[in-house]
Amino acid sequence: MSYAGHVWMHLRKDLRLEWRSKDSINGMLFFSLLVVVVFAMAFDPTAYPTIARQISGGLMCVAVLFAAMTALNQSWARETLNGVLDAHRLAAAPPSALFVGKALANFLFVSAVEVVLAPVFAVFYNLHPLGETRLLLVILPLGTWALVVNGTFFAALSLRTRNRETLLPLILLPISIPVLLAMIQATTAVLTGEFEPTAWLKLLLAYDVVFTVASVLLFDTILNAD
Amino acid sequence: MVNDTRNAKSSSVWGLLWLGLTLAVLAVGFYHAMTAPTEATMGNLYRVFFYHFPHAILSFVFPYLNLGASLLYLWWRGRSPSRALAADAFAVASAEVTVLYASIGLATGMLWARPAWGIWWTWDARLTTFLLLWLLYVSYLLLRSFSAAGQTAVVSAVLAVFAAIDVPICYMSIRWWRTQHPAPVFGGGADSGIDPSMYPAVWWNLIGWTMWGAFVLGLRYAIERRRQRQSAADSLAYLGDAQEAR
Repeated sequence: MSYAGHVWMHLRKDLRLEWRSKDSINGMLFFSLLVVVVFAMAFDPTAYPTIARQISGGLMCVAVLFAAMTALNQSWARETLNGVLDAHRLAAAPPSALFVGKALANFLFVSAVEVVLAPVFAVFYNLHPLGETRLLLVILPLGTWALVVNGTFFAALSLRTRNRETLLPLILLPISIPVLLAMIQATTAVLTGEFEPTAWLKLLLAYDVVFTVASVLLFDTILNAD
Repeated sequence: MVNDTRNAKSSSVWGLLWLGLTLAVLAVGFYHAMTAPTEATMGNLYRVFFYHFPHAILSFVFPYLNLGASLLYLWWRGRSPSRALAADAFAVASAEVTVLYASIGLATGMLWARPAWGIWWTWDARLTTFLLLWLLYVSYLLLRSFSAAGQTAVVSAVLAVFAAIDVPICYMSIRWWRTQHPAPVFGGGADSGIDPSMYPAVWWNLIGWTMWGAFVLGLRYAIERRRQRQSAADSLAYLGDAQEAR
């Protein structure tokens, strides 16, 4: 079977599992909705439309990041049941196909959450974007892929550590600061229309390429860590 | 075993000599730092620069040692386990020294910023990058302490590679961030060049703190190597007990 075939098998398996349980998407959706509500307590978005435009890009990225982190651990925890992970290690399929398949599945789940979350933000925060809204269709997928590819990798890395739920954010956040910054700045640029998001888009693209390559190359080492 | 003891003895003699030399250089550095001419605008306050500068510079050097050791570890892991262990010991030592130097760099910088600028902290490009460097290597140490015993070295070597890739990207992105928005008032400092009469203080301190860093790193490496030997001996002892019990 070709490499793409292996990736497709892994992706299909993850999608089917999620379709049957709907654990991660439901959890992430409700969690991010709660974040929207809680941040509305911190300041009154409808009374200050300018401030709302300036900060809701950041709020949404943070909401997505936190929501994704709750799901990332779960996505690997499924594989540890009944020693499935050891079966993966024995399988003849390339290990990175497992990683790419899972990263793609997580990417689809988080994107689905964003598709629901973005209109919710616009409605609840009374947002009238002043820039090119279409650019969000590029910015959000690029940023989400960067977060998810690193997140999936580090979730696998912290799989066999003590208290892995605590550890994942502690190592994922410092590494992801550049991509968070780029994603937040680009979204804010679109919402406020005050500056051009192009430089940040380039950074997102470069980050995606660099860290996807690094993760794919090093995943074999992580899977066979002990 | 006899050879080991002799090696340990000779390396501790060399270590003590190195420490003595380091302290002497640091003493000269201290003398120059305290007798350098008073700075025009900041007065004596600027003398903290002679300590802030070497620590800040060196905390961008030790991460590369950490990366080198981690890559060597990953390379040697399947080929030469004993060398791989040494590389891992060096990686942990250099990461700890990075965090130590970056913490001192941050602390002296903040102590200096408070009287010079009136604030402890500003989200300026250089400060933010430096803070992120600190965060990255603290997270590396946290991962080391959290990971399962058998895989600490592999997992942390992989994170070290990621962190080292991340440092230049961080640097770039934060520069963009801070040039796009109006930067806060950022005056003073030695960025605009220093008077030649201050060179001796800068150089002696830079050399002295480099030597000190090398000493701490070597000491930490030796301790880690000893811990590795001890745990290897413990495992062998268990194996021996188990065979006797049979």
